[in-house]
Amino acid sequence: MEKRVTFKGLWLPLLLVLPQILITAVFFFYPAGQAIWQSLFIPDPFGLSMQFVGLGNFEYLLNDPYYRASFVTTAIFSVLVTLVSMAVALWLAVLADRLIKGSGTYRTLLIWPYAVAPAVAGVLWLFMFNTRVGVVTWYLGLLGYDWNHVLNEGEAMGLVVVASSWGRISYNFLFFLAGLQSIPRPVIEAAAIDGAHFWTRFRTIVFPLLSPTTFFLLVVNVVYAFFETFGVIHTITAGGPQQATTILVYKVYADGFVGQDLGSSAAQSVILLAIVSVLTIIQFRYIERRVHY
Amino acid sequence: MTARDALAAETPPVAHRAPSSRDGMVTRRGRGLWLTHLGLILGVLFIFFPIWLAFVASTVTQAEIARPPMPLLPGDRLLENYGRALRSGVNAPVALMLGNSLVMALGIALGKIAISLLSAFAIVYFRFPGRRLFFWLIFLTLMLPVEVRIVPTYEVAAGFGMLNSYSGLIFPLIASATATFLFRQFFMTVPDELAEAARVDGARPMRFFFDILLPMSRTNIAALFVILFIYGWNQYLWPLLITTDPSMNTIVMGIKQMFPSGDDLADWPVIMATSILAMIPPVIVVIGMQRLFIRGLVESEK
Repeated sequence: MEKRVTFKGLWLPLLLVLPQILITAVFFFYPAGQAIWQSLFIPDPFGLSMQFVGLGNFEYLLNDPYYRASFVTTAIFSVLVTLVSMAVALWLAVLADRLIKGSGTYRTLLIWPYAVAPAVAGVLWLFMFNTRVGVVTWYLGLLGYDWNHVLNEGEAMGLVVVASSWGRISYNFLFFLAGLQSIPRPVIEAAAIDGAHFWTRFRTIVFPLLSPTTFFLLVVNVVYAFFETFGVIHTITAGGPQQATTILVYKVYADGFVGQDLGSSAAQSVILLAIVSVLTIIQFRYIERRVHY
Repeated sequence: MTARDALAAETPPVAHRAPSSRDGMVTRRGRGLWLTHLGLILGVLFIFFPIWLAFVASTVTQAEIARPPMPLLPGDRLLENYGRALRSGVNAPVALMLGNSLVMALGIALGKIAISLLSAFAIVYFRFPGRRLFFWLIFLTLMLPVEVRIVPTYEVAAGFGMLNSYSGLIFPLIASATATFLFRQFFMTVPDELAEAARVDGARPMRFFFDILLPMSRTNIAALFVILFIYGWNQYLWPLLITTDPSMNTIVMGIKQMFPSGDDLADWPVIMATSILAMIPPVIVVIGMQRLFIRGLVESEK
């Protein structure tokens, strides 16, 4: 795509892009390059010099049981967050789409948790399930269930999954509702006349037509679970118990800032960079393809 | 804003179907209608419950929370708890943290919009050496969230003496070109005749930019502002690293700092009052600018 009509000038356009180039070079390309560079070195024990180790950091990481465990944790966590938040959102969107009046009101009521920061969502859920004062913990205790996410790994994972999915429902709901409302009504009505019931219509017509939205949301939610849930993890579990909720992004932080292991942290950043690049490429290819529909 | 939000704008626009076609055959009436409402109300309750509890906790005394179960209806300490939070907080007055968050969110939103408008204008309306390279560099930044490059970015910010400063909170987070990408897409849809006419009339490029392009981009700018404001307000990891001085904490990252490190009972009424305060500005922005927000998120500009 090119504009037919352009203005003349050489210095003006360069001046216009200068602020962006400066900021991106200093705070984006230089640090990203540094991450890749640092991933090839290890600092000596006194932090005085750096020793070149090639791919040693990566080799070490891939053989490190903690790192592998963190990979598995991240996979479980992101699959669960994606499934929970998308399933609930799709269910609510399907219901809202069936209304003639009032779907706008429900939309208003359902979208605003998008504005609640993951870290704040973490504090809210931590409060409900707090082992000493949590309301839900107390009622679970009445039912004879002893909730303790500080010690129980499964419960810790469950809590961070629910807290991360909760705020995400809004986002998915908006996209599902928009997707549902763009399905031509006559198609669905024709099936209804042919005697297809709601569930049959949903399975054979609505869901397939919704697949572009679903696929888009799948990628977006996996990326969300990978990168934007740091606040939830940090407020609720701080990666514990026994690293049961240490997702990859949390480990970059824990090793780099708390553990001061810069080489390993940089190598982890590079691996994350590779993952996010692959996801982005998948997304772009898919969007390009869909243009030809 | 993340690359994902930028890509969100690439999804298909909302088709508005004619209201007349929405009859009773596919939509629900009678008992089915009530079940539909019931399902939605359950969803709304699930969304609201944590917030309701936080609100209740922010209106009762510490003693009432310390003896579970806490009440489920608001108490009478609302003014006292919020006053205590705003004036003194735990480490720093929450009023101060609110101010920091506001500066950060506005700085990120306005800063990113300003530099992106200028560079998108340059790459769409000029031919200059390095234009293609520049465009691809922009494209690259779409891929890399700040979480991935935190350690080196922190070192850069520390090197510039930006720790505990507003510039340290703002600049590293506007170093991505998602907004440039969106404005470029929009400028490509502006009819060529407008630029042609401006040129024939002898208008200089910047005149065209300020008098024609900027007014035409008003809705896009507003929609982007909503998304970026929320993005900036809700930042957690970056402020956590860059602000060690409690008086520079933002409210979203400051809440966690209010928890005692040992075994002491947290000051829940003040913490919950702070959580509610941390939500109010972005929620007002989302609800108040709902149409623009949805447009910024969902609709694309063809």
